[in-house]
Amino acid sequence: MPILEFTPSMLLAILSEMGLLVLAGIILLVDAIGRQGSRRNLGWLTASGLAAILIAMFIWGKPEASEGLVLGGMLRHDWPAFTFKILLLFAAAVTALLSTGMKPFGDRGEFFALLVVTVMGMNLMVSAADLIMLYLAIETTSIPLYVLAGFLKGDDKSTESGLKYFLFGAIASAVMLYGFSLIYGFSGETNLYALAAGVQAQQLSPWLMGGMALLVIVGFGFKISAAPFHFWAPDVYEGAPTPITAYISTASKAAGFAVLVRVMLAVFPAIQAYWAAILTAMAVVTMTLGNLLALAQKNIKRLLAYSSIAHAGYILIGVVAVNPPPLGTASMLLYLIAYVVTNLAAFAVVVLFARSTGSDEIEDYAGLSRRSPGLALSLLVALLSLAGMPPFAGFIAKVYIFAAAVQSGLIWLAFVGVINAIIGLYYYLTILKVVYLYRSDDEDRRIAIPGAHAVALVGCIAAVLIIGIISGPWLDWTLQAVSSWF
Amino acid sequence: MIPLSWYLIVAAAMFCIGIYGVLARKNAVGILMGIELMLAAVILNLVAFWRYLTPARISGQAFAVIVFAVAASEAAVGLALIISIYRRRSTVVADEIDILKW
Repeated sequence: MPILEFTPSMLLAILSEMGLLVLAGIILLVDAIGRQGSRRNLGWLTASGLAAILIAMFIWGKPEASEGLVLGGMLRHDWPAFTFKILLLFAAAVTALLSTGMKPFGDRGEFFALLVVTVMGMNLMVSAADLIMLYLAIETTSIPLYVLAGFLKGDDKSTESGLKYFLFGAIASAVMLYGFSLIYGFSGETNLYALAAGVQAQQLSPWLMGGMALLVIVGFGFKISAAPFHFWAPDVYEGAPTPITAYISTASKAAGFAVLVRVMLAVFPAIQAYWAAILTAMAVVTMTLGNLLALAQKNIKRLLAYSSIAHAGYILIGVVAVNPPPLGTASMLLYLIAYVVTNLAAFAVVVLFARSTGSDEIEDYAGLSRRSPGLALSLLVALLSLAGMPPFAGFIAKVYIFAAAVQSGLIWLAFVGVINAIIGLYYYLTILKVVYLYRSDDEDRRIAIPGAHAVALVGCIAAVLIIGIISGPWLDWTLQAVSSWF
Repeated sequence: MIPLSWYLIVAAAMFCIGIYGVLARKNAVGILMGIELMLAAVILNLVAFWRYLTPARISGQAFAVIVFAVAASEAAVGLALIISIYRRRSTVVADEIDILKW
């Protein structure tokens, strides 16, 4: 079987994973032998290591003409996987910078090592082409994330969020795994691309296929926090350390979407109408529920949690609008890129604000425009981009995702999306109203912005503006990238 | 020889008992036990499918082995999280762990 051939060039397909493993080792080593002072720079070390891996990926890790299954069919080295890996490495680097110097986890080696391990898991997730590899990658991502969410052992909210994340995550992954076992059983294969043929040959009833798809969607729906599997998100987002919240809401969600699209397109092409219908219903409910519940929030982390649920709904529109390819999936990928940089920018502001004031309540943001004009402006850019205002990244992303819906004949779905975007605009503007118009007593107290956080914030804001203003090359990239999914 | 479907029915029953345990139990450790039962059902499924359908190929067996390795690490992390919350609140009952709610 050609699938089992091994050539050393295949190792380039796991370049980032190897680099991340080495990086995790270096972090633990520095943590063990370094002096107290050097531990404070672990965040910088992690971020620069991730940046180095990112650059190495661009130089050596690009999938060339040899695009296809590698390493015994466990992974697929292709453009979507490459694009997602770049995105995930970027998100992790920003998270590491945001964690630098934060009390009490910013100088803990195991915190950064676990972070790097989750990036490795996600990198494997987005390129996994085998049920076994996929399950292992999902768990390599999830299990350290449970620990990271509950990392603050002395904090009631954090421990609670860790436990809730664990319980919901373990249940969802067990249901998903049951689906995997049935898929394996009815096709006799574990490779995603081989088992599609096996399933086809068996002439299975669409009901059985639909049931398996449903079980699998439960697991992925949890990862992307789509309704009705979103209950964990607000609690976990509020309780987890804020940089980890940023990370879960961006990287984890992006990886979940990558897996969802790959599995649905590779394994269930025969029942596309069925799973598209399920995902359409989920998209509508997710958008509407997320936006309506966000209206009532007083805590900014909870508000961003519901907003991120709503965004999962918008992104699902891109998945549903898969026909005709490739605009639907390309717009999904573009939306994820825009959403990741924007949401990281928003959370960077939340991290900085909480670092100085110790508060996540929206009412405490009063007078922020006078306390720190730069921070307030960054929040303005991030929230308007999340709301989908031009000239920011979120606008471009929404335009293409609604265009994809219209192109595939789902005009009503685009309509629901637009109405939801308007509801979203309302609560984003409510925050900005507090920031810009309300006065507070401690307006003369500045908000300190350490170097690492400034780098992360400026990087994200610059990305939001660049993607928003020069959208052409990004769309071309995503259109080309997703073509190898089909 | 016992037909394959018997194994699948037992596995499905175990999975349902696990789901029931997860939904009905209030104790976090009880919920964890339900999850483990669900994973055991999956392993039974995998091994039965492997033995009856593709005994010549290793993938089903490898899948089963990986599932219980992961299940073990998941249980370890889960119990650690339960202990850390018990130290703060002196309870592991899910209904009483409710600071976070809207």
